[in-house]
Order: sequence, then C-alpha cells, then structure tokens
Amino acid sequence: MPGNRRKFLKQACIISISSLSGTVGLLNSHDAFAEWLDDHFAPGKIDNTIERLYSGAKLVESDKIELKVPRIAENGAVVPVSVSSSLENVQSITLLADKNPVPLVATFILTPDMTPFVSARIKMAETSHVIAIVKTGDTLYMAQQQVKVTIGGCGG
Amino acid sequence: MSSIKIRSKRKDGKTEIRTLIAHPMEHGRNRDPVTKELIPAHFIKTLIVRHNDKTVVTSHMAGSISKDPYFAFILNNGAAGDKIEINWVDNLGQTDSETHILK
Repeated sequence: MPGNRRKFLKQACIISISSLSGTVGLLNSHDAFAEWLDDHFAPGKIDNTIERLYSGAKLVESDKIELKVPRIAENGAVVPVSVSSSLENVQSITLLADKNPVPLVATFILTPDMTPFVSARIKMAETSHVIAIVKTGDTLYMAQQQVKVTIGGCGG
Repeated sequence: MSSIKIRSKRKDGKTEIRTLIAHPMEHGRNRDPVTKELIPAHFIKTLIVRHNDKTVVTSHMAGSISKDPYFAFILNNGAAGDKIEINWVDNLGQTDSETHILK
C-alpha cells in the first residue's frame, strides 16, 4: 500500500538521520574541549579527571615538551607556569595540578596559527606535580614537574 | 574601563600576545576572613583570542587560575595594523572584551 511505503520511507529517513547525528556526536566527544564541561572541572582525584578528559587514552611521556615551573613556590596562589613544545601539529595544551581539589587548571585549544606555547599563573593548594598534556592528532604527550609550595594557594 | 589589558611584541615574524585581566577568580572554597562565610565562586570559564576576527585560542578554566589572570601566547604571524581581540565569560555570565591593534 502506498501509505505504508510513505511511512516506511519516513521512518527510514528518521533512523538514518539520527544514526548520522549519533556519529557526529561521537566525533565531537572525541574533541572533548569544544565547550566548558562541569565534568572536566569536577573536584576529585587527578586520575579520574584525566580519565574523564581523554577517556582512558594513553599518555606518552615526552621530552619534546618543555614545562617551566619554579621548583619552590613561596606563594601557592601565584605559580608561574609556561609550556612550550617542539611537537608537530599541536591541537591543545592542558594544565593540571596533581593535588588541587579541582585538578584541571585549564585547557588551551590552539589553532595552527599559534606556536605551541602558553604561559599562565596558577594556584596550587600544596606541594605536588604540575602536569602538562599536549594533544597532537590522536596522540597525547605529557610532562610533569614537582613544585614545592611553602604557602598553600587555597586560602585567599 | 575594560578589565583586559593586552600587550604585544612582534619578533622574527611571530607575535607574542600577553594579557592581564582583572578578575577575582574565586573558586568557592575560600572563607571571608571577617565573617567566616564562604565567598561564592566567581571565576572566568572561557577566554577566546581572535586574530583579525578569526579565533586562534579557545581556553577553558576554573578557580585554579590565579586571581587577576595573566596569559601569554605566541601567534605564528601578525603584521602592523592586525586586530587582536580577547574576550572572556565567567560563571556568573559576566563578560568583557578588548581589542588591540598590533604595532
């Protein structure tokens, strides 16, 4: 019957559109930093944060990332951090502080117009590692450095 | 007056962009030293840098960035007269932007 055929076509269309948008959604979630997400900035352990950020992808330690931090920070409220990298095709640089209540400090999505470099001043609650994760294509590289904090950055 | 200050320096074809923003960056766990009440969270969530109206840096952050945030980036190009625009949005929905012309 013609009516049935029309109905079938309509449904087939809906199904294919929804599966298409499903795929697009999947692709977008791969580029996880497109928007500010509560999930990323949730308090908790750093391992859980990294898991939520990169859904379990492997981090490769790299000497092509230069992470500049002070070895001793007198004031945890202002710790200067700069990251640069000689890696090709850098898409984003992410900064984390190991023992902060919210471990994710910031993510910087850089277009190819930018040199893989970022400098910022961050807060550190206590002595811990600063971790920089550099995303290039499908690979995640990381570097870390310990910062000894003599006065925590939590108290204003 | 804008909360954003932008400085730039062109060198070897590249442009260093530095910015200083006046913002409390309260993460919501600090207490007022006098009243002992929690100071509500108030921090920049997203900062965007545009070069001649094209987005070149998108950054997401929270209360772990220091009060009055400072950032530096390096643009691979840049010529005199180019427009650099920086814009932020915070968790209370406040926003500010500033334009800077490269020398």
